[in-house]
Amino acid sequence: MSGTPHIDMLRSPLGRARGLGSARAGSHHWWMQRLTAIALVPLTLWFIFSVIHLAGATHQAVIEWLSSPLTMGLMLALIVATFHHLQLGVQVVIEDYVHDERAKLTAVLVVKALCILLALVCIVSVLKIGL
Amino acid sequence: MRDVRDALMTARNSEGKLVRRPLSPHLQVYRWPISMALSILHRVTGCALGVGTLLLTWWLVSAAGPDEAFDRAQWFLGSAVGLLLLFGWSLALIFHFFSGIRHLVWDSGIGFEAPTYNTSGWGVVIATVVCTVLVWVVGLVVW
Repeated sequence: MSGTPHIDMLRSPLGRARGLGSARAGSHHWWMQRLTAIALVPLTLWFIFSVIHLAGATHQAVIEWLSSPLTMGLMLALIVATFHHLQLGVQVVIEDYVHDERAKLTAVLVVKALCILLALVCIVSVLKIGL
Repeated sequence: MRDVRDALMTARNSEGKLVRRPLSPHLQVYRWPISMALSILHRVTGCALGVGTLLLTWWLVSAAGPDEAFDRAQWFLGSAVGLLLLFGWSLALIFHFFSGIRHLVWDSGIGFEAPTYNTSGWGVVIATVVCTVLVWVVGLVVW
């Protein structure tokens, strides 16, 4: 990146730009980020109220709370929306700040794998309590 | 030069010589308007909440386990360190919540005029502080 700039490739800049152009997946990422955000507005409100309600609750009280089908459904929706929203958001942050191609791909894949794993652990826990 | 992004940063000057295009100044050069600070905070709190999901996962796993596991989690969350983490978590969550709604409103094409986005920015800050205090006052009374 230093010294006098020179071009040592035969392809034109336009040809190279086309090669690295949009994969046409950007709008889907953007839309899913918004969709999960909209879903999380009521879900987060519900979750905050629930956590306040459960402050200092006994184990039995938490199990009873989570065993109601409505609570379970909302909790599962919250988990899925949260982790989906999270991996989409962190992916953008990584893509913005990590410039080395290999490190970037590794970081994005690790974050996605962790989000899927944590989401599954949460879902299994909720199902184990409620079912 | 082997990369497209390099190619886009290179041009010929009026003498026909290949030169690197100048870069625009970065963060440290500007003063910090509220919108810039909130934009960065939105990312920071988003990442922090990502780490915070570990806490949620632990709590759910412990609730699915025996009484001792749940009591251990509840004890930690009620300790000084736990309460500090919970406070930071609630602050980040409530900020990200209001700031996110501001972003959703922008996505619908509303609120881009400077006076409007300055006002909405301060609105987010005030709403975050008020709601975080409210949550903790009510939470501690219930507890």
